[in-house]
Amino acid sequence: MSAALEFLRARTIFALILLLALFVGFVELVRPGTVTPLWVSNALMFAAPLAIMGGGQTLVMLTGGIDLSVSAVATGSAYLLATNASHGDFYALAIALSLGAIVGAVNGIGVALLRVQPLVMTLGTGLMTGGVMIVYSQQMMASQPHVPGLIQTLGAGKLAGFVPVDLFLWLIVGGVILFGLHRTGFGRLVYAVGDNAEACHLAGVRVWRVLFVDYLICSVLASITGLVLVGGTNAADLSLAESYLLPSVACVVIGGTSIFGGRGGYGGTIVGALILTVLTSLLTLLDVSEPAKQILFGAIILVLAAAYARLTE
Amino acid sequence: MTSGAFVRALAMPALLTVALALTRLAHPTFGAFDIQSLALGALPLALAAAAQAIVVISGGIDLSIGSQIAIANVLSASLMQHADFRQSLMISVLVLAAGAGLGLVNGVVVALSRIPDVVATLTTGFIFGGGALLILERPGGGAPAAYLNLAAGQDFGPWLPNGLIVMILGVAAVWAPIRLTRIGLLIYAAGSDPIAAFRSGVDVRAARTIAYLFSGIACAIGGMALTMTTGIGAPLAGAYYTLSSVAAIVIGGVSLTGGRGGMVGPVVAALLLTLAPMDLVFLGIDPNYGQVIQGALIVLVVMAAGFYAYWRERK
Repeated sequence: MSAALEFLRARTIFALILLLALFVGFVELVRPGTVTPLWVSNALMFAAPLAIMGGGQTLVMLTGGIDLSVSAVATGSAYLLATNASHGDFYALAIALSLGAIVGAVNGIGVALLRVQPLVMTLGTGLMTGGVMIVYSQQMMASQPHVPGLIQTLGAGKLAGFVPVDLFLWLIVGGVILFGLHRTGFGRLVYAVGDNAEACHLAGVRVWRVLFVDYLICSVLASITGLVLVGGTNAADLSLAESYLLPSVACVVIGGTSIFGGRGGYGGTIVGALILTVLTSLLTLLDVSEPAKQILFGAIILVLAAAYARLTE
Repeated sequence: MTSGAFVRALAMPALLTVALALTRLAHPTFGAFDIQSLALGALPLALAAAAQAIVVISGGIDLSIGSQIAIANVLSASLMQHADFRQSLMISVLVLAAGAGLGLVNGVVVALSRIPDVVATLTTGFIFGGGALLILERPGGGAPAAYLNLAAGQDFGPWLPNGLIVMILGVAAVWAPIRLTRIGLLIYAAGSDPIAAFRSGVDVRAARTIAYLFSGIACAIGGMALTMTTGIGAPLAGAYYTLSSVAAIVIGGVSLTGGRGGMVGPVVAALLLTLAPMDLVFLGIDPNYGQVIQGALIVLVVMAAGFYAYWRERK
């Protein structure tokens, strides 16, 4: 028993995968016959936006930060896309993604150059983004928002009726993140800065550049998440991604990335996002009211995060 | 009190006075009615700010404040709907106990689970939000007129609305037990340097749990104040207060690294944050920019504080 625990402690990713299998088992147990290839395909489709947003969150958490503006950025990008779609798809897409770039750059400047605590900086920019979107939505009342077909395919489409289209986007984003973190100098610097920013500075690393790029990527990924989400729902409103803030943080924490920086990686986040998606599916099967679902979801996240903290202690 | 501390204590009230004077200049009819709506608007926020200040001083941060306020709001509004004034007062005690319970949950989770405050309270906030929806699915409920009058009335003349008095008494009710006893010392010590505090024999985890407990009580008062000022319970009304409470303490001079700051600053900041959107209306600007201004203020204030620290280091 203790040998098994020791093994899991050394290779926590296996513990996570075991947990994921356990949750899938629960789903099958609660309603036998649920876990079909179609169910798996749907789970992957719903996990993709969360995992993409979690990718950005992983990057900033590895440096010891956090981004609380991701849900506002995702919502804003989705809204901008839908309201500008009448001017052409690519124009709308550019506007939507530029919101992520702008907020990310502001976050980056604040955190990297002006040394504002990430929590406060991103809380502030999140508030500002939300406020601007409210004002913007009131001026946009007249025009008819619609989601471009391309984005609808991205968010809800399935290749050959089975492989979700957003899975490909996830594979690309995930591949780039994993390659970037483990095979490039930038990735090593992200870990190094998270481990000890002061030492990096003394060693001649331009810490601000690492942080700036980090926050920029995080916001752009949040922006992309917003596009996937609005493609899935085909309706943009100002509460679209509100419920994604906690899961985006939780999938990283459950995935074993330390919020104090320097430890963890995207692999854990991927499994974390899958676990949370299966958990949502499980709670839906249990046929409980929406508020009760919310309470259970939060409570299980707490238990998982606490258990993980104990395991790696 | 050193002269520096004296200046800092007076800076925020002075800023509020200037802001009020400027408002009066821009809008000459600004009078007793506007003071009343300012007090009503700022009342729940002032208590949210007090709740956040206590936790942050102890070295944590509470992202569940909005949900705690929502629970107190819907709990009081749903229980008081058909109650008379005396019963409502008894229900208030119950709501206070419930608020203390929620605060204790936060404190215990943070102290025992080793999950960082941000993640822990983000999650408990999510859970409490579900709880608020469970109590009252959609806006509704109510409270007897005499109870609403506790905050909405003007028993002491038009220039001294009850809301202002409830604000001061409510904040004092949670802050006095901390400031006037050993608890305050423990909380400040735990926040300013947990390791040094631990080595001096302070039970840091207990100190921070107590801070969350008092914060929960402040949230309960804030939630009931929201019932008094709006007359109903709304399960989603709390969301605004989580972010704004952080804005208020940052502007009010509470250091986010813990151990530093007082209570006058955050409460005055709550008044300023409520005055800003009112001024926008007076100036003919969309009041929704208020949220943008709040966000910008948070960031600018923290940047200024950072620059100030940097400049002092260099000197």
